[in-house]
Amino acid sequence: MNDLATYNFAYLDEQTKRMIRRAILKAIAIPGYQVPFASREMPMPYGWGTGGVQVTASILGPDDVLKVIDQGADDTTNAVSIRAFFQKVANVAVTTKTVEATIIQTRHRIPEEPLKEGQTLVYQVPIPEPLRFLEPRETETRKMHALEEYGLMHVKLYEDISRNGHIATTYAYPVKVEGRYVMDPSPTPKFDNPKMHMSEALQLFGAGREKRIYAVPPFTEVVSLDFEDHPFEIQTFEKPCALCGAENVYLDEVVLDDRGGRMFVCSDTDHCEDRRAHGHAGSMLASTQHQRKEPAE
Amino acid sequence: MSAVPLLKVRDVSKFYGSRIGCRNVSFELYPGEVLAVVGESGSGKTTLLSCLSTRLMPSSGMIEYHMRDGQYRDLAHMGEAARRFLMRTDWGFVHQNPADGLRMTVSAGANVGERLMAVGDRHYGNIRASASDWLRRVEIGEDRIDDQPRAFSGGMRQRLQIARNLVTSPRLVFMDEPTGGLDVSVQARLLDLVRGLVHDLGLAAIIVTHDLAVARLLSHRMMVMKDGAVIEQGLTDRVLDDPREPYTQLLVSSILQV
Amino acid sequence: MATPLVVSEVAKSFTMHLRDGVRLPVVANVSFSVKAGECVVLGGPSGVGKSSILKMLYGNYGVDEGQILMEHDGRLVNLAAAEPRTVLEVRRTTLGYVSQFLRVVPRVSALDIVAEPLQARGVVAEEARERAAALLAKLNLPKELWALPPATFSGGEQQRVNIARGFITDHKILLLDEPTASLDAKNRTVVVEMIAGKKAQGTALVGIFHDAEVRDAVADRIIDVSEFSPRKHAA
Repeated sequence: MNDLATYNFAYLDEQTKRMIRRAILKAIAIPGYQVPFASREMPMPYGWGTGGVQVTASILGPDDVLKVIDQGADDTTNAVSIRAFFQKVANVAVTTKTVEATIIQTRHRIPEEPLKEGQTLVYQVPIPEPLRFLEPRETETRKMHALEEYGLMHVKLYEDISRNGHIATTYAYPVKVEGRYVMDPSPTPKFDNPKMHMSEALQLFGAGREKRIYAVPPFTEVVSLDFEDHPFEIQTFEKPCALCGAENVYLDEVVLDDRGGRMFVCSDTDHCEDRRAHGHAGSMLASTQHQRKEPAE
Repeated sequence: MSAVPLLKVRDVSKFYGSRIGCRNVSFELYPGEVLAVVGESGSGKTTLLSCLSTRLMPSSGMIEYHMRDGQYRDLAHMGEAARRFLMRTDWGFVHQNPADGLRMTVSAGANVGERLMAVGDRHYGNIRASASDWLRRVEIGEDRIDDQPRAFSGGMRQRLQIARNLVTSPRLVFMDEPTGGLDVSVQARLLDLVRGLVHDLGLAAIIVTHDLAVARLLSHRMMVMKDGAVIEQGLTDRVLDDPREPYTQLLVSSILQV
Repeated sequence: MATPLVVSEVAKSFTMHLRDGVRLPVVANVSFSVKAGECVVLGGPSGVGKSSILKMLYGNYGVDEGQILMEHDGRLVNLAAAEPRTVLEVRRTTLGYVSQFLRVVPRVSALDIVAEPLQARGVVAEEARERAAALLAKLNLPKELWALPPATFSGGEQQRVNIARGFITDHKILLLDEPTASLDAKNRTVVVEMIAGKKAQGTALVGIFHDAEVRDAVADRIIDVSEFSPRKHAA
């Protein structure tokens, strides 16, 4: 590309990348702990993934293969823009295939395909502090983390149960990392929480506006908080994906018309396409495909 | 009564620059004993309470607490983690303004249950049952368990604050003007409640108040403070019925008779 | 011990700081002792210091000089110099007091007020209430009043609650400050009987009775408190 020379590799200058890498190394050394870092202005607004982009820019090498997803999809505005950004400023290979990627930057989903050793998942985080909505003072929340005072986290879950009869938190569901720090897994659906536990991949979290980086190293214990009599449960779906027939995956609702018609399809578009390429078909595709999966009871 | 003091206070002073907060305060508090600290505003009683409850570091002197393991610990040399743990398990602190001691935006049940969750209770049903039991004990209808204290009257808030503090069965409770700002009829009910709970639970308490009637009703012993120093102390009825010091006589003679 | 209470050379004065520090001597050189099963009555004209002596014996008034020795829990305690904690312990198990007026606690029923000293000594609530009820019945307090807080009771009704509260325990020493002042003849007789009962149990009693009839009925010995007048003593 002609204009590559006008940018340093991956946009950030090398000093900044070193600073961020130091923060990342510290975060890996203290799983779940929020490391402050000098977040830079990025050519995108806060809330669009400035934290994730800085983390990705700092760990990206010329040989990496980058995948970017937004709510599981490779083809939404945010994902397309960030992918194009790194193609332009780093000239790296990009992919939509989970298995081919070395770095996956994500907004609010973990791919359905289990991640492998050597892969890195970079989360975009809006509010890194899990205690924030209960305790507005940063001085106090830092102290609470330092002293492992996490009773307040359960107060939130208690309120959930007392209001709804069950824990109604469905995303940004708090977890305890390696038996020590309570962490906000970013607004991923709680469906994805179990995937974080003992994952083979490195998981990095970047919050640009809040200037925090935290991490879950490979093979780390990640436990969702709960009560003995109200144990943690993930969402379940009544029907399989309408396109690929997949079960036990996270589904998005798609409205089909203005008469209440709707279908549920895989939120992970790559996973869905991959299954369809392998001949799986859901109810909506049944008429056009020769193979049909049994609908779940 | 137990033979060993719960709290040993020796020569505690607190200076704000050259100004005196309190000076050379010494006393011992035994389990089940209620001590009232009286004096007018500015006499140093709140400073003393802050020092005792580790909310302020004394300029000099020593405060030792008899831990549940039987050891005395110097509060100034305790780690912050241990001190905060003590404050939410073995101690209670009832603020004059309930909003300072409650979480106003979470339900009454969660306010009471928070301390249980903080010490590792992870059974929702049990936590709720305890909360419900404590609301009943402080005379708050169990049907209010899911209401936020924002919707409560001043007296109810204060009772909720007391329940929130007592749920972990503390051995020592600090109270800062617990009836301040309440209507007289509401005060009477609260005093009666506190009196009953202190008696039933065998709590030791240090109550700071400028209201001698509160001291008379709740405390076994009292200390009168003036200009940062304790000028008279003794059995509550002795100090009130036979005050020795000029200032104490003035205080006692200033009580309005109804 | 044959002598549960010994008062030795006790002196008391008030210093009125609000009135230019004027010093009011009350009593001096108060010395007497009370044997088990004995009722000693403090006599003399009003204002001579009878109530003050009783209040010093209870630890309610400070003592300037002298000793007030009581046999408590197998040891000798000088109440005049005891720590507040000790005074409270002595009051709980050894030393009872029936004051002239009932100090009303809001919202607590008459029955519970009477039962409280027993509960403080570890008697279970139910038994304490039963014994309280028996005493209130003996003192002819109408049953419908038992569950009410005594704030609205008449003087005589409050006095009977007070007496029941003082008599319910088996304290070894009992102080009585005009317990019959506002009672009718019938209830005065009941109280006289109750005092006789205490004496028979070996309780040492010190009392003030203005009613000559009651006084003559209960007193083993009358001490003329004007003997302890500081003026006389000085002279």
